[in-house]
Parts: sequence; C-alpha cells; structure tokens
Amino acid sequence: MYAMRRWSARHSSTLKALYHQLENLLAKLYPQFEKIGIQNIEKPLMFIEKPTKSFLFDSQSCGQCTLGSTGMSCPMNCPKTIRNGPCGGVRANGKCEVKPEMDCVWVVAWEGTQNLKPEERAIQIVQPMLDWRLKGKSAWLRAAEQKVRELRS
Amino acid sequence: MSAILKRSQLPTFSYADEPTPGENLPILPGHVSPGRLERVLRAGHFAVTTEIAPPDSADPEEVYARAKLFDGYVDAMNATDGSGAHCHMSSVGMCSLLTRKGYAMVMQISCRDRNRIAIQGDVLGAAAMGVCNILCLSGDGVQAGDHPEAKPVFDLDSMTALNTIRTMRDESRFLSGRKLTYPPKVFLGGAANPFAPPFDYRPLRLAKKIAAGAQFVQTQYCFDMEMFKTYMQKVRDLGLHEQVFILLGVGPLASAKTAEWIRSNVAGVHIPDSIINRLKGAQNQKQEGLNICIDMINQAREIEGVHGVHIMAYRQEHNVAEIVERSGALEGRTPWHPGMYETNESANSPITTEEASV
Repeated sequence: MYAMRRWSARHSSTLKALYHQLENLLAKLYPQFEKIGIQNIEKPLMFIEKPTKSFLFDSQSCGQCTLGSTGMSCPMNCPKTIRNGPCGGVRANGKCEVKPEMDCVWVVAWEGTQNLKPEERAIQIVQPMLDWRLKGKSAWLRAAEQKVRELRS
Repeated sequence: MSAILKRSQLPTFSYADEPTPGENLPILPGHVSPGRLERVLRAGHFAVTTEIAPPDSADPEEVYARAKLFDGYVDAMNATDGSGAHCHMSSVGMCSLLTRKGYAMVMQISCRDRNRIAIQGDVLGAAAMGVCNILCLSGDGVQAGDHPEAKPVFDLDSMTALNTIRTMRDESRFLSGRKLTYPPKVFLGGAANPFAPPFDYRPLRLAKKIAAGAQFVQTQYCFDMEMFKTYMQKVRDLGLHEQVFILLGVGPLASAKTAEWIRSNVAGVHIPDSIINRLKGAQNQKQEGLNICIDMINQAREIEGVHGVHIMAYRQEHNVAEIVERSGALEGRTPWHPGMYETNESANSPITTEEASV
C-alpha cells in the first residue's frame, strides 16, 4: 500500500531493527528448517512473508530483499527496477519520471536512510544485479541461510 | 593556479602514432583502451565530446554526413541508444560505421532494451569494431518514447551494467564465468545528474558509479552553474574528481519557448527562471541560447575537477563548431578527424610538383 510504503521509510529505524531480530530468529530456527527440508519451508513462510512485505513496502517479492540498504524503500517499485538508483529522471518535486503521481522510490530511500544511524546506512554500497530465478521465493529464508553460513564459516 | 593555466603548460597533444583510420591505436601504459578520448583526458587536456543523433534510416551516408559536422571540433562522439525511448539506428550500428572511418566513438548502452546476454554480446561486437568507450545508462522509460506499449527490460541498471563490462574487460570473462579469448578494451563511462533530487545524495551516487567501474561521466545539461558548483564542491570534498573524469553536459536552447517546453516535458532537465528570462529578453533568442551555452563552457573550464564538456546540440548540430570555436574550449588543440593528415599531404603535393617543374 502506497501510504504504508511512505510510513515504512519514515520508520525505517524501527523496521530495520525488527528485520534484524527476525533474521536472527530465522537463523536460530534454520537447523529445524533443514530437518524439515528447506524446500518445504519456502511456501509456508511465503504465506506470511508475502502479505507482510506487500502491506509494509509494496514488495514485489524479487526474492533478494535489499530493504536494509535502501532505507526500507523497496527498489522494485521503481518502474525501471533500478537497484542502484535514482536515475537522472527524477522530477524537481521528487516524483517519478515514469509515474508522476508517485514519489521516486530512491528519493524515499534516501529519506529513509537519513533515519538510520550512520553505521547502519548501506545506500552507498553497489547492489548486485538480480537473479530472476528467485522471484517469488522467500527472501527471509535466504537472509537466514546467509547468516547461518556466515556463523558456520 | 587556475585550471586553465595549468592546462596551458601541458605539452602539445600529439597524434603521431595514428594508424590507418579504422584500426586501433596502441594502448598506452596505464590506459585501459586504445582510444583517443582516454588519451586526451589522461594527458590532462580539456576534452570536448558531443552527441550524434542516429538517423531513422539505413543509409550510411546519412551517418557520415552527421559526423562530418563535428570534424576537428570534438574528441569523441556519443552514439545514443534509443534516446528518449524513440526508435532510431542502433548505437552499435552507428559506432561500427563511424569507427571504420577512424572516429572516436562513445557507444551508449541503455538498460531499457536489452538484457545481460544481449549487452555482453554487443560489448564484444562493438569493441571488435574499434569502439573504445562505452557509456552505460539506465535509459528513459518506454512511456517517453514512440513505442510506449513496449516491454521495458531493465535486467541490469547503469551500475550493474558498468560492473558487467568491467568484469569482461579486467577479468576476461562473461558474467557466467566463461572465458573470453580477448577482452573488450574499453574506457567506461556513466551519466550523472547533479540537477535532480535528492541533491545531497547525488555526489555519493557518483562515488557509487566509480565503485561500479565508471572512469568518466558526462552530466545532464547544465543551465544552473551555482547548483553545479555546489555539487562539485561536494565531489571534491569526497576526492572523487581525482578518481573520475567529469565532463559537464551543455547545450544551446533554441528559444525561451523551447526552454519552457523542455523544462516541463523532459525528465531531469533543470532550467532556472533566470535562463528563461535571459532568453526572453534577447533580440535574437537563438543567438542568446548559444551565448548561454558558451558561458557555461567558459565557467566550467575554471572549475577544478571538470575535465571537459559534453555538448548536446540536438537539432542544432551545425552550431557545435561555433560553440567550440567561440568558447575556445579546445584551448588551441585540433582533435583528430578523417583526412587530417591526408589533406595536408594532398595540399602539399601539387606545390611540390609545381616547384619541381620550375
């Protein structure tokens, strides 16, 4: 929802902290997930993840969540799906070139970033290109997987 | 010491090792490409580039005629890639034709129309044809063009495209890891828009582009020097002007009416009221448009960290020569152009014959 999307960026600090806790929780549960089978977890988890992220961020479920580095503004709402925005077409009033009624998601991302502590900001990091095979899959599960891999190594 | 004074002490730029047009120059130590643009910039000269509009035609003569207008006035030409999301001859096609004549080309790649498979293929093809500079852009949205019903691709964005080509060049492989037997030796560029929000973020985004692989950037049209100076101050504070060559985008406005139209219809172009009023107050608005452009160039030459200008004179290509000449942007240099040496030889030869007969 558009109004919620703007709200989320305004409350990026709280949401980022919540996200962090969620990631820790999922990482803790990961050994259980492995027992059940990761592929069996994917669907039930998406049952919660998709509507939650849709409601808060208008998430497009790209499967490679980058909200933490974009001030909790989902870059997949950019009509050009730019992961390293904004493009040069942003209007003087901060609206999108393609959708003049919408705030540029990267202008919102920059605002959201301002609400984070300097050490939490990651908007300056170049985001890798998308793996389109992951579209519709759980990004939470991937984040947990990554965290577990980091802990184990 | 002023930027201009510093440059005036440089040795004369030499084209001594120019090969047959269409063949690549040797790559100098510390350079990534055999191109003339990289040479001019790395030698510390003030570079002049322009935009060549691809025709709606399959006739090579139309391409050559458009290029000829810039002979001796520019160091490189950008072949646009479906600019404004309008369909024209492809940038690969333009570059292939013009590199055969020896021109230094900047091939633009827009992420709007091609995915990573197509882009990597084009990069190899273009480099093989003698393209030494590639500029990556996200691209205008399809809604801006003449095929608004088209499917926008945007598989990559400008930064991941830069990263992709740098990987190909420096690691001699495709993204997939598959080896290249010879990498594309290209100088990589990006676009920058200091004149669109979020203003505070723009210098940081330039840093991000450099991290992604940009070695030069060309900016959006500048009509607000104060805004640009503020941007450049932040760029210098971050030390970015020493990591990337910055070419300021400039261009002539045809009239106050055109300026107003551009302001409200072209995304990302910022034209302050002062410029519109200056045009309105002029007896000859077209001439005033040129004067404004020349003023911008002259001010840009004084700014530390500005390494050249990119003249975008859409539908006023015939005025580029006047802009370059009157602004003195080349600071006494004459960029290479086809026939630069041949003309001298042929001009000399009849005299020699005459002298011989006498």
